[in-house]
Amino acid sequence: MSLSALDLARWQFGITTVYHFLFVPLTIGLAFMVAGFQTAWVRTGQERYLRLTRFYGELFLINFALGVVTGIVQEFQFGMNWSAYSRFVGDIFGAPLAIEGLLAFFLESTFLGLWIFGWGRLPRWVHLATIWITAVGTVLSAYFILAANAWMQNPVGFTIDQAAGRAELTDFLAVLANPIVLVMFPHTIAAAFLTAGAFVAAVALWRLVRHGGPDDGAFRTAASVGATVALVAGILVAITGDTSARQMTAIQPMKMAAAEALYQTEAPASFSILTIGSLDGRQELFSIRIPDLLSLLATGDPNGQVEGINDIQAAYQATYGPGDYVPYVPVAYWTFRLMIGLGLLAAAAAAWLLWSLRRGRRPVGRAAVAVAVALPFLPLVANSLGWIFTEMARQPWIVFGLLQTSAGVSPGTSALEVLLTVVVFTLLYGGLAVVEVGLLLRRIRAGLPDAHPPDEGSDLDEPLTFAY
Amino acid sequence: MALTTVWFGLIAILWVGYLVLEGFDFGVGILLPVLGRTEAERRAVIATIGPVWDGNEVWLLVAGGATFAAFPEWYASLFSGFYLALFLILVALIIRGVAFEYRSKRPDPAWRAWWDRAIFAGSFVPALLWGVAFANIVAGVPLDRAHVFTGDLLTLLGPYALLGGLTTLGLFVTHGATFLALKTTGVVRQRANAIVGVAGLVTAGLAVLFLGWTQVQNGDPGSLALSVVAAGCLVGALLANRLGHEGWAFAGTAATIVLAVVVLFTALYPDVLPSTTDPAFSLTITNASSTQYTLGIMTVVAVIFTPLVLLYQGWTYWVFRRRVASPRIADSPPAGS
Repeated sequence: MSLSALDLARWQFGITTVYHFLFVPLTIGLAFMVAGFQTAWVRTGQERYLRLTRFYGELFLINFALGVVTGIVQEFQFGMNWSAYSRFVGDIFGAPLAIEGLLAFFLESTFLGLWIFGWGRLPRWVHLATIWITAVGTVLSAYFILAANAWMQNPVGFTIDQAAGRAELTDFLAVLANPIVLVMFPHTIAAAFLTAGAFVAAVALWRLVRHGGPDDGAFRTAASVGATVALVAGILVAITGDTSARQMTAIQPMKMAAAEALYQTEAPASFSILTIGSLDGRQELFSIRIPDLLSLLATGDPNGQVEGINDIQAAYQATYGPGDYVPYVPVAYWTFRLMIGLGLLAAAAAAWLLWSLRRGRRPVGRAAVAVAVALPFLPLVANSLGWIFTEMARQPWIVFGLLQTSAGVSPGTSALEVLLTVVVFTLLYGGLAVVEVGLLLRRIRAGLPDAHPPDEGSDLDEPLTFAY
Repeated sequence: MALTTVWFGLIAILWVGYLVLEGFDFGVGILLPVLGRTEAERRAVIATIGPVWDGNEVWLLVAGGATFAAFPEWYASLFSGFYLALFLILVALIIRGVAFEYRSKRPDPAWRAWWDRAIFAGSFVPALLWGVAFANIVAGVPLDRAHVFTGDLLTLLGPYALLGGLTTLGLFVTHGATFLALKTTGVVRQRANAIVGVAGLVTAGLAVLFLGWTQVQNGDPGSLALSVVAAGCLVGALLANRLGHEGWAFAGTAATIVLAVVVLFTALYPDVLPSTTDPAFSLTITNASSTQYTLGIMTVVAVIFTPLVLLYQGWTYWVFRRRVASPRIADSPPAGS
């Protein structure tokens, strides 16, 4: 098998982006949860909130570091591997990226530095503000990058300059208010809170079932806060995901038809929870189906007509000329339902945890251990699957309806060069993942740090020791 | 003034900000094994840039993003053309960033030694390669009619480019040394002050050669004047260092880098990436730019937010203005150990 520069560039984008996005949602959600714990400490003066702030703050920083360094690659690789794409979309796509840097990255990095090194050096309220500003920075960043991605899903506010061979911006507000980003943003942020809530709860649960001891009170608090956040966020993920599915059916019908492996147009259409048959879903041996559900998901009407892949393919050929407009169906089909399934499972596990903590009860037994181990991973995997779904089921388009992925790759870059970078990034990222997980486990094992109530306005250099 | 010229200037300012700020970070990283002979000293050296290195690096991301937004053709040709060089820079920045954050997470000396090496290598490689990259941008690279780079990594490693790399390496080491002299105490401060003298002299020689070559190749009277002032600032920094004025020495190396970058951008204008294949294939501020509409929006955003960023980054430097004392750090173990 020989891989072309195009295939390798796609693999590279997939690997580096999925990897980057393992850290991003946890960063976003955890920034707010750490800020929440610190606010509770500043307002109540209770030491356990300070200790939780520092404990989860450390885990947050370990995670944040990898999000930052892998983010640099994201900013560069559009130009490196996708220069033809960059030339075509730069007039539109570059602006949200630049604004993300100017508004969000500066805010996050500068105020996080102040938070890390500002313990005891900044007045208490100012120091508290630094973590909140960091958290706001992460959300701003999410908005602009999602607006950029939404434009690839549903190009708006542009005109095509045939002479220059590129898309040109005509309405920036339309790009920022793309209907896709208005749904994708709450969906992503809710998923970030589901991820962080699950993480906070699972770590606390692990401490409760495996260690126990004087810090149980603080970890009970963390477990209920985390599980509550995860449960509420899980419900919001489901609501926004439902809106998103209906929107996608209208804007990219092929994506949703592929998600269900629906080849023939049906009304009403059923939803298959699980199908055993050929990988691309053309033949099925066994299937669990819920009647009318797909119609309901896609159109909001249980009897609504859902277009099948074959009809859409014919329509696209009429619009865009001869070609294959069908994404790789097995990936679309399985990522879509696994994303939903794992997300629901995470919310259910959070609900179980809340129930088992009720009125001073203590979660015990194998179920508790299993939840503690599985809970952090369920949303992480669901997040990745969601992105793999939305990007791969848009294929063959890199910008829907305007530019195909094969036309976006850098023309002057050789397969060997891309292969080299794919291999090195993959090895490097793999190694860093091992180091990161090792550090997280080490810190979790160490338990809550001592409080050391930082003295305000201190001129000592002692606070520096908190960080490095 | 045309918006394309405004954005050429803004991108120059972003690179100036990046290279002045991360310039001393790189210098600190390169000097870590030389100046930090004990664990306490190494922690003091790293702590001088601890609160600010990440914010400094964002200048690079914004410079890249702004180039993408304002001059998409430049971004596309440059980043795909300088593929392996940028890849090496990315790998270096990744391991360096992780090293800063992870080295203190375990007390194990072997663990820390490993990350110290990562900090050194991760600072050394970009300090060298940014100079190589900028020298190539100014001198031009083979670009075809479609503005696609047709050379390879060796094309980028000509004598002028390598001299550019050695110049930025020397400048950043000197700049890092004046920064450390300003931010540390005791023996680390003494060593840093001693290094300014040595590294500064070598760098002055390299800088004169490099700026002279640039002058012969692309210069005009304006860039000549700037080059002379840049050299003067470096000499001034060395004199200030001799006289024990650490603040002025740091200001001098900072001004040298500012002026050197301005010289390069002045020599480049109005091209953004000249073609050595045929001058007609060169990318200029006109044929590489975005539309007036996009540039207009970006201008509004930049005018509002850039001063704000300068304000709060400046405040950070004010908050952490004190010197970092290594013996004090030695007294207390880092968090989690």
